[in-house]
Amino acid sequence: MKIINLDQISSKPLLAEVKAAMIDALNKDYHNPSSQHKSGEAAAEALEKARNSVSELINAAMPKEVVLCSGGTESINHAIKGVALANADKGKHIVTSNIEHNAVIKSLKRLQSMGYKVTSVSVDTKGRVNPREVADAISDTTILVSIMHSNNETGTIQPIEEIAEIAHEKKVIFHTDAVDSVGMVPIDVQKMGVDLLSFSANTFHGPAGTGGLYIRRGTRVFPLLDGGVQKGNKRAGTENLIGIIGMGTAAAVTRQNLDKWSAHCLSLKNKLLKELPDTIDHYIINTHPEHSLPNMVSVSIQFVEGESVMLMLDDQDIAVSTRSACATGSLRASHVLISLGLSHADAQGTLVLSFGKDNTAEEITAFLVALKNAVATLRDISPLYQKTSQG
Amino acid sequence: MYNKVVMDHFRNPRNVGVIENADGIGEVGNPLCGDMMTIYLKITDEKIEDIKFQTFGCGSAIAVSSMLTEIAKGKPIAEAKQITNKDVAKALEGLPKNKLHCSNLGADALHMAIQDYEDRKAGKKRPETVRDEKHEHTHGENCYCPYCDIEIEEGSTFCKACHSSLEEEH
Repeated sequence: MKIINLDQISSKPLLAEVKAAMIDALNKDYHNPSSQHKSGEAAAEALEKARNSVSELINAAMPKEVVLCSGGTESINHAIKGVALANADKGKHIVTSNIEHNAVIKSLKRLQSMGYKVTSVSVDTKGRVNPREVADAISDTTILVSIMHSNNETGTIQPIEEIAEIAHEKKVIFHTDAVDSVGMVPIDVQKMGVDLLSFSANTFHGPAGTGGLYIRRGTRVFPLLDGGVQKGNKRAGTENLIGIIGMGTAAAVTRQNLDKWSAHCLSLKNKLLKELPDTIDHYIINTHPEHSLPNMVSVSIQFVEGESVMLMLDDQDIAVSTRSACATGSLRASHVLISLGLSHADAQGTLVLSFGKDNTAEEITAFLVALKNAVATLRDISPLYQKTSQG
Repeated sequence: MYNKVVMDHFRNPRNVGVIENADGIGEVGNPLCGDMMTIYLKITDEKIEDIKFQTFGCGSAIAVSSMLTEIAKGKPIAEAKQITNKDVAKALEGLPKNKLHCSNLGADALHMAIQDYEDRKAGKKRPETVRDEKHEHTHGENCYCPYCDIEIEEGSTFCKACHSSLEEEH
């Protein structure tokens, strides 16, 4: 039984090359990369090779600007808390947006409880930040602007270069959470002008539990983890070398295939968007028509609830993600969807569809057939749909 | 996530639909997640002769509606009034902890439909349902734990009844 995986944003499957590299690394019985003997040096060499490969994927000027860590959450916590603590003498004000990932929101909440002030800018109905609002929010005490590169619920991409320029004009550090972008769209930290950029390997077919933080040379950031002198005192702790080797391989293979994979995903996205009107009615596309990831579509299907749709599709061996409040631990409507201006009822019917290099056009067709049936069944049960169809 | 009984009622919901010229209608919404449930009753000789439902909600909400109608069908009104949320959850052989609040919707809708029937019988005019907001605030303006539905203090981050951590805003 083959599962049609249209939930690639949650985690992309490991590449065969990554599995092989990790198994090979396991068999090499690497020592601690910080040890100075021959065994340690071999491990350090493998570590630096992986770091080089990862730094090439985001075009860092120097590999040492990349701190390898446990993934997106750690990377974001490091960036935000590290900048806040290191620059508290300059000010305690941070600017962000209403649609950030919880790793950003909760890091900022923690800082707010310690006396920091946060200004959060709004987004338009397709989830885009207006750079002028960011400029207006910056004050003399602002030390950091953190705006995500692409949103994990809508796929909408922000005008990062413009926002980075605004931050720099005002001498403020700029961080972007690019977890869902790295490996799907070309990322060039030098061209973008960002000071810090967070990424995670499992969004580019590497192992979960690995990722990194790009820190432009000269940026004042305290480490999140204090201890040994690994990685130039930027993150203490003996490295997860097997995982990092996997990430390095994933980065190298992804870099070679990025254009091809991205174009393939875009063709699937276009097919879905083109055929959706013939499949169902009463829906809202939350993804920006131009500025969005090539592999993502967020759609709010009215008068049905997302978890029910997801369960019915799962019965047909199709995996999708929903942003229904019912499917979250907190049982609350997604802050991202509410920020776009959706009603609670419309937010309830939101599916997030994300594609990968291995999805096919036939799978999209199968999904659309299954979706049509699921929505028809659930609308038959729904009191909201009946009221609407009665006018 | 859900057990076999819940999935069976979700996949094959019983008593779905509308009863034309129903003797009693109960409509409730959950303000927390936006779910909505409507129960229709046909009453003969003070017994629930027929019952149907419509639900906008998750797998658990649909299964609860379906099971509720099965329990209530054929029961005398006096007995149906005694049906509790716990009875429905128990008949479904349990719901995930954070979905227990869905079962409240079912019993609330049934009791409201019975009330509607009794009001009509007593000659009370049926109140117009508020359409624009779609959901009635079944619990008033107080805060309730989404996991166990016990009232909690505004702004608290921990439910003392079921020991769940909560988001700050509720």
